[in-house]
Amino acid sequence: MDLTTKYMGLELKNPIVPGASPLSQTVDSVKRLEDEGASAIVLYSLFEEQLSHDQGELDHYLSFGAESFAEAVNYFPSVEEFKTGPVEYLEHIANLKKAVGIPVIGSLNGVSKGGWVEYAQNMEQAGADAIELNIYYVATNPDLSGSEVEAMYIDTIKAIKEKVKIPVAVKIGPYFTSISNMAKKMDEAGADALVLFNRFYQPDFNLDDLSVESNLMLSSNWELRLPLRWISILYGNVKANLAATSGVHNSLDVVKTVMAGADITQVASALLLEGSGKVNSLIKGVAEWMEEKEYSSISQMKGSMSQKSCSEPAAFERANYMKMLNSYKPQI
Amino acid sequence: MERKKITIDGNEAAAYVAFNASEVIAIYPITPSSGMGEMSDAWAAAGKKNIWGTIPSVSELQSEGGASGAVHGALQSGSLTTTFTASQGLLLMIPNMYKIAGELTSAVFHVSARSIAAQALSIFGDHSDVMATRQTGFAMLCSGAIQEVMDFAAISHKATLEARIPFLHFFDGFRSSHEVGKIEQLTQEDIKSLIDDDKVQEHRKRALSPDNPFIRGTAQNPDVYFQGRETVNRFYDACPEIVQKSMDQFAKLTGRQYNLFDYYGAEDAKHIVVMMGSGAETAEETVEYLTKQTGEKIGLVKVRLYRPFSIKHLMEAFPATTEKIAVLDRTKEPGATGEPLYLDVVSALVDNMSSDNAKFAKMPKIIGGRYGLSSKEFTPAMVKAVYDELKKDAPKNGFTVGINDDVTHTSLEFDNSFTTIGNDVFQGLFYGLGSDGTVGANKNSIKIIGEETDNYAQGYFVYDSKKSGSTTVSHLRFGEKEIKSTYLIQSSKFVGCHQFGLLETFDVLETMQEGGTFLLNSPYSKDETWNHLPKTVQESIITKKLKFYVIDGYAVGKKTGMGTRINTIMQTCFFYISNILPQDEAIEKIKGAIKKTYSVKGDEIVQKNYAAVDETIANLFEVNYPSEITSTIEKPPVVPANAPDFVKETLALMIKGKGDDVSVSQMPVDGTFPSATTQWEKRNVALEVPAWDEETCIQCGKCALVCPHAAIRIKVYGEELLASAPETFKHTEAKGKEFAGMKYTIQTAVEDCTGCGICIDVCPAKNKSEVKLKAINMVEQLPIREQERVNYDFFLNIPEFDRTKLKLNTVKGSQLLEPLFEYSGACAGCGETPYVKLVSQLFGDRTIIANATGCSSIYGGNLPTTPWAVNGDGRGPAWSNSLFEDNAEFGFGFRLSIDKHNEYAKELLVSLAGTVGEDLVDGILNADQSDEVGILEQRERIAALKDKLSGNNSADAKHLLSLADYLVKKSVWIMGGDGWAYDIGYGGLDHVIASGKNINILVMDTEVYSNTGGQMSKATPTGAVAKFAAGGKPTGKKDLSMMAMSYGNVYVAKIAMGANDVQTIRAIMEAEAYDGPSLIIAYSHCIAHGIDMSKGLQNQKAAVESGHWPLFRFNPDLLDMGKNPLKLDSKAPTISFADFAYKENRFKMLTKSHPEEAKQLLTIAQKEVTKKWAYYEQLAKLEYSENEK
Repeated sequence: MDLTTKYMGLELKNPIVPGASPLSQTVDSVKRLEDEGASAIVLYSLFEEQLSHDQGELDHYLSFGAESFAEAVNYFPSVEEFKTGPVEYLEHIANLKKAVGIPVIGSLNGVSKGGWVEYAQNMEQAGADAIELNIYYVATNPDLSGSEVEAMYIDTIKAIKEKVKIPVAVKIGPYFTSISNMAKKMDEAGADALVLFNRFYQPDFNLDDLSVESNLMLSSNWELRLPLRWISILYGNVKANLAATSGVHNSLDVVKTVMAGADITQVASALLLEGSGKVNSLIKGVAEWMEEKEYSSISQMKGSMSQKSCSEPAAFERANYMKMLNSYKPQI
Repeated sequence: MERKKITIDGNEAAAYVAFNASEVIAIYPITPSSGMGEMSDAWAAAGKKNIWGTIPSVSELQSEGGASGAVHGALQSGSLTTTFTASQGLLLMIPNMYKIAGELTSAVFHVSARSIAAQALSIFGDHSDVMATRQTGFAMLCSGAIQEVMDFAAISHKATLEARIPFLHFFDGFRSSHEVGKIEQLTQEDIKSLIDDDKVQEHRKRALSPDNPFIRGTAQNPDVYFQGRETVNRFYDACPEIVQKSMDQFAKLTGRQYNLFDYYGAEDAKHIVVMMGSGAETAEETVEYLTKQTGEKIGLVKVRLYRPFSIKHLMEAFPATTEKIAVLDRTKEPGATGEPLYLDVVSALVDNMSSDNAKFAKMPKIIGGRYGLSSKEFTPAMVKAVYDELKKDAPKNGFTVGINDDVTHTSLEFDNSFTTIGNDVFQGLFYGLGSDGTVGANKNSIKIIGEETDNYAQGYFVYDSKKSGSTTVSHLRFGEKEIKSTYLIQSSKFVGCHQFGLLETFDVLETMQEGGTFLLNSPYSKDETWNHLPKTVQESIITKKLKFYVIDGYAVGKKTGMGTRINTIMQTCFFYISNILPQDEAIEKIKGAIKKTYSVKGDEIVQKNYAAVDETIANLFEVNYPSEITSTIEKPPVVPANAPDFVKETLALMIKGKGDDVSVSQMPVDGTFPSATTQWEKRNVALEVPAWDEETCIQCGKCALVCPHAAIRIKVYGEELLASAPETFKHTEAKGKEFAGMKYTIQTAVEDCTGCGICIDVCPAKNKSEVKLKAINMVEQLPIREQERVNYDFFLNIPEFDRTKLKLNTVKGSQLLEPLFEYSGACAGCGETPYVKLVSQLFGDRTIIANATGCSSIYGGNLPTTPWAVNGDGRGPAWSNSLFEDNAEFGFGFRLSIDKHNEYAKELLVSLAGTVGEDLVDGILNADQSDEVGILEQRERIAALKDKLSGNNSADAKHLLSLADYLVKKSVWIMGGDGWAYDIGYGGLDHVIASGKNINILVMDTEVYSNTGGQMSKATPTGAVAKFAAGGKPTGKKDLSMMAMSYGNVYVAKIAMGANDVQTIRAIMEAEAYDGPSLIIAYSHCIAHGIDMSKGLQNQKAAVESGHWPLFRFNPDLLDMGKNPLKLDSKAPTISFADFAYKENRFKMLTKSHPEEAKQLLTIAQKEVTKKWAYYEQLAKLEYSENEK
């Protein structure tokens, strides 16, 4: 049985790729994932905002209170060099490249065009096999139009593609008025893959101390529906590869994403919940299902239930909603 | 050889040579020398090597006494060793200095000379300290200019090896140690070529070694000690020539010729001044001016080598025409026939004139005088006054210059308008706040001009005495000629005022020349600014025909992400309009300097500063002002009209920066000052202040408890008092049955608040309709200033609540007590002062405090105004600071005295029972003074006693009357920081707690020497970065509490207000109640932790939650009840050490500078914390009951 798949030119032994999560923070944990069968690894995200915050924080606090009082013209020893750039992250990429055989995909979340390009180049130099751009932008400014926001995405992709040679995937959220159009534009801008979809941390309220909290909620299985729909719709309509993420919790989910047209399936919450051994059970489960249903390869399955290929193309569109409404019978 | 021109301060110049020419460096922080040790440590941490290619070993000791011992040891075992110190530190080194010199040991001590604490401490410069060591046998070489500091440092290191006499190389504290100047840097090769390696090896050969054993340090007896002491004479005889030879060799190398005594002035001068140090630079400038301009026959002898004092070389330096000599000393020796240098010159002249080859036909007239104590200004006008005095037939001996001595009339008059600097020198003055980065910007400007152009540059920076909202004045000079003006700018071409508010306090245009340029950072637009200027400022601008530029620096700062640090913005303005450099070139150079300064912290910071530069130019405007004054704005009075006379006449002068005008008669003779004077200095430093929302408030009292400046007050009072309340005075119903029917007010002293915001952080109540609001919220100060001034006055006049009726062991109860420590100059958000204030609230009316030198002695006792206050009955804390090292012993002395007074008073009482009455005597002797009611009743008895004794003229009755107050319980508190308690004062602290006496010790543990700028102490935790621990402290924090507990009879508590405020209050009350020694160690967050000071209490909480700072109380009284004396007041760690540590940049910075070490040290620190917690937990679980015994 052939479980191999191709993602942005990378030959992968199966479609199961651990997505960006804390599991990629140490060499040991990545090695364990490799041992369990992971075909590649997407690293946790490097946040430009965090780096610039760290620099600003260091600058502020090391000079705070300085030059104010004759006895204490400053409060910290002078340091010749601070490693304020993404040194640790890049060293991690380099270390992983030495320690594991699977492709290593760096993940980047930038805020400025300069930052996106610089850090993407840094990752390439550090040995990353590909880069996943983790683009999200919560547009709160009422004067900023949707097309301006979209242009920022496209400009970022173009700028990076101009400067790096390794493949570039783009992970986006679902909050676009026209995802198809957006996907097309990103495809044209040179994205080698689209990763659908990013999950945002939604704030919660703590009623004890009346504060707003942002904490990680792991994905649930039902969240798979959204990527499933859009991968199905986009499959065959874009050159870029497609990766499914959000809500992949069992092997049948993997099968579904592949059938929708995903080249790989990224798993994170399931691994955080059940440990790295989950990778192996997913692979086994997919293989067993394929054997039972007599599929010979992933490529045979890929896109087999996409909008183009399935017998109910309208199900992915508005009719889907209407049908669901019709099928709903109130319980009395 | 081409040498680098660099702009550095004197400390760096000395440290550079010392580091290069030493193998071992033993240090201890003391202002103004700390920078030398800090740089040495930082260079060693960065792997820099000395001239022999090895990294010197740099170690911090527990005191200067310790440092000098380590120096002595390192020298005796053969290392080339140096140290850096000043003032009290140098005094602590004296015993070892005798030893080092007595043993003819080559060594160099670099000293930034500073005043000695006498009637008061002073951190500033004079020769009091070095003059106290002139008898030790050290050679003493004195530098004046910054170039000389580097040059003489090198000459010292060379000469000591050849002479075998140790050298004390000194230069004036602050004026030379902190002045930034352009100099030619000696190369490592230069230093190498000066120092003779053979001599180094001889030095090593003289070392103690088991391979070549001998003993040194014997005890000698009457038979030989004297002779032994005389053996060294020939070395001292030879030393001056060796130094001169070294100077000659140095001249060949660098072209700079120095002599033991250098002469400047007319060849045929009749009147000569002899002096040394930075003041001699000003004297040289004045002599040059006067001889050129007026042809005066005057001259100056600069003393370089003060010890051994070479009569021969001095006499050679005097011109043959000399008739009169004035010797200037920068020190005071009360009771002597003259100051040291004067006496040396007198004896040299007598020696020469009574010899066969007398230099002069007639003995010159010689007078001595004092100048410049504690960095007192020494200007050309003062130099001229000395020469003018010499012109008189009977010039004054023992004169002073620079002050107005209207008591003993020693002072010379001088004409302040006399100046010597021409227009070829650019002089600029910059007024700013410490927090706005003005000084940093000016240091950068000097570097740009000094290092990127052919100009000479000089910068000197004056800070005020407060740690929050402090004002800075930068004095910058540039010119083609070498700058010798070692005094503040008296006439400026450029004035930058970086804070609009300062126009109200200072006459910033006082020194401005006609046609000069005035740059103002104004919150108003170019067109509006003029009308907001005070009248006097408009007048100066018009009459002096100034070019006037404005920029809204804060708006540019906000736009470019620079926030309130407007350094880059104002610096850009300065270069853009001062024409020192062509504009384009100036901008390019500023950007270059930005890259150099900030790239270490990341490109983001560099870009932000670049953006600020570009944005600045677009927002800088010249103001076209009218030719008439339009303003009616008058400057407010410095202190209110109802202030006491002493405050109005003396302290007010200091507050407005005119302290130099205070005359001798205005100063107390013995260092005694009135309490409670901060109330008269309304500083208005906060842009935003807390405002109370009485609807949301739950009346917990936390805001008042944590306020570092006692600027939030609470009162509960009867409703009838509101009848005369101002309209905007806020109040609500008091909560709690004990206050039924009463009113409650929380009032902010908006003019005293520093705006730290710590009260907002601690407030637990949230507004139900808008949760971002609390019961106390920040509002802009200016719009409510007047209104709240009236409200606060009204509030202060509401009577205090009866303290005998309060539950003092609660936050709510304790915060209704009047604070007797208020509005100090501590940092905004200080972590120490809330503890100090709490002690003042609980026991202030019967407390006497010994305060170790450090932050608490500075915010507690630095003039002009001081925070220890007085209550309505005229009682309040009696406070004093002795030294850094002896504070526990100092407080112990208080206890001895009070106990003795109490004992004697009781004896007298018994003997006078017949007169006083048995009942009253019994009542007094058997009084229970364990609570406020008991204290009050005893005070009433003492009042009755005094009544009975008044008019009784017997000796016993008079004695008893003078001691009667000691029959009321007194509370002795010994306060200080960790530098004192863990390091320099530990020996004394240990002895005092072992005494069993009833004393209370409060250690405010900031885990670092805060006052001197963040040097490592033994309280610094593993992995924290501090000065002297640039690579992270590799060893653990000393467990002082465990050491104290080992005595068994010492009450010990560890507290952290931010983690458990009730435990804090209880511990302080238990400690005071305990009839024996008590030690409270209080976690005090600090600006030196690199934290958000408005959230400091959260850091305290995290320190406790991580187990780094377990809370506990160890009460020996519990032992008597068969209970375990140790009670843990905090839970087992709930967060990791990293979760605490990485909230603070003192730990976090190591992850950016030394990531690997940071990881290792974090692991070690976590292990230490875990282990320590387990140990305490086990101790707290031990069973102490009788049965178990």
